[in-house]
Amino acid sequence: MIVSMDLELKDVPGQLVRALIPVSESGANIMSVIHHHDQRTPSGAIPVQVVFQLTSGRLDEIIDNLERNDMRVVSVNKKYRLESVTLILIGHIVHSGMGDTIDQIDSTGFAEVVNVSISMPAIDEPSSASVVISASDKTELTKAVDILKRVAAEKDLLVIEPIEIDS
Amino acid sequence: MKTVKLSIIGFGAVGQGVARAILQKKDYLADMDINLVVVAISDRGGACVEPDGVDLEAAIGRKKETGSVATSDLTSLDVIKDIDHNIVVDATPTNIEDGEPGLTYMLEAFRHSRHVVTSNKGPLALKYNLLCEEAKKSDLQFRFEATVGGAMPILNLAREALAGNRIISIEGILNGTCNYILSRMTEEGLSYKQVLGEAQELGIAETDPSYDVEGIDTACKLVILANSIFGMNVTYDDVDVTGITKITPESLLLAGAEGMVIKLIGEVRNGDNAIIKVVPKLVPKNHPLAVGGTLNVALLRTDLAGPICVKGKGAGSMETASAVLSDIIAICKNEC
Repeated sequence: MIVSMDLELKDVPGQLVRALIPVSESGANIMSVIHHHDQRTPSGAIPVQVVFQLTSGRLDEIIDNLERNDMRVVSVNKKYRLESVTLILIGHIVHSGMGDTIDQIDSTGFAEVVNVSISMPAIDEPSSASVVISASDKTELTKAVDILKRVAAEKDLLVIEPIEIDS
Repeated sequence: MKTVKLSIIGFGAVGQGVARAILQKKDYLADMDINLVVVAISDRGGACVEPDGVDLEAAIGRKKETGSVATSDLTSLDVIKDIDHNIVVDATPTNIEDGEPGLTYMLEAFRHSRHVVTSNKGPLALKYNLLCEEAKKSDLQFRFEATVGGAMPILNLAREALAGNRIISIEGILNGTCNYILSRMTEEGLSYKQVLGEAQELGIAETDPSYDVEGIDTACKLVILANSIFGMNVTYDDVDVTGITKITPESLLLAGAEGMVIKLIGEVRNGDNAIIKVVPKLVPKNHPLAVGGTLNVALLRTDLAGPICVKGKGAGSMETASAVLSDIIAICKNEC
């Protein structure tokens, strides 16, 4: 999961480091820090935007730690969409529980199904679906696809994956 | 001029194609100082043997009229064992159950000190190592370019033209029938069954299409690539195979909306994450593997040369004969 967090820091020395420590100690990978020194709030605080990738740590713990240290957390945006993949499913998709299939991906916390298109030609005919899964990085995307493949095998659905593309 | 004697065992589409190619390329071969003499041709009905060279035109005509090339009761095995020649061209049909009769023919050929060129996948998919050992034991050449990708050079490309490279992986479309069916389903929005019927009428698919559409043919070709290029020591049973029978027109439309097509892709890779599988995959429309019609295509990833892609006609009498002839010429140059 990629998190973009807006903070407001007091204009005293050492605040930025104190703000980053709880993020860093949670095991998150800090991707960018933007210090808006020139855009002070009416109360004189300095807005800071921190973007980090969270793999194992918990977001609510980071927020708690920041607030306990008197940092103001203005907004938190979670984003998954760093890597995504489109797959095709064929079989009795709806009757075998599409909702459950999606839930199994979404409940991982590191990936989600962001788009599903289903085509159902007739009741007795197999349906086809395109499914787009997003995750914060390639490893997590692969894990999510593996979950989909396992669920699909249980439900006797054919999964069509894309070929690997050379970078 | 170097005289090289050969037999053609099996005189169906491939065997006749080889005979026609030899006729057509007489001058070309003469320029290379090669005098190819077909001393025997055999099929299920018997054999015709002529130590000074079988009249190939007459043999093709006789096959057409009577259903057999035979002018004597000699069997294919008699030809391989008893007729003096250098190269056995095995053009018998593929049998994935036990590899016969091709397997016995090839082993006998090696036992009688004859090089072998084959277009028959069955024996290679089942007994690759045994065949290679027998050839090696007698210091004979065993070539089989025609078994993978028809006219498209892939084995000889990897082993000879790309010598010095490590081949990291090969993936591609290795069955023209499946490619035709999927391409037509995509273009016309027709069902698998409708297009299969059309392909059978055109002679692109067999009456029993399972060998092609279930991915078995592609799997056999992957086994040959895995063993000969990657030294993997696998057989048909090691391949993870899914065919194209479940593909729906709707799935092709959904793929199309994402800028993709669905193709039956064979993939082989050695090493830590070794893979040998045949499975329908999504291919971006502008990717080199997205070829249509009955074409075959292969993408070889190599350590020095990077990706190399070849495409061409994967089946057909003359196309397969082209691969057989290239193997015959290679043996003439190297050995005979």
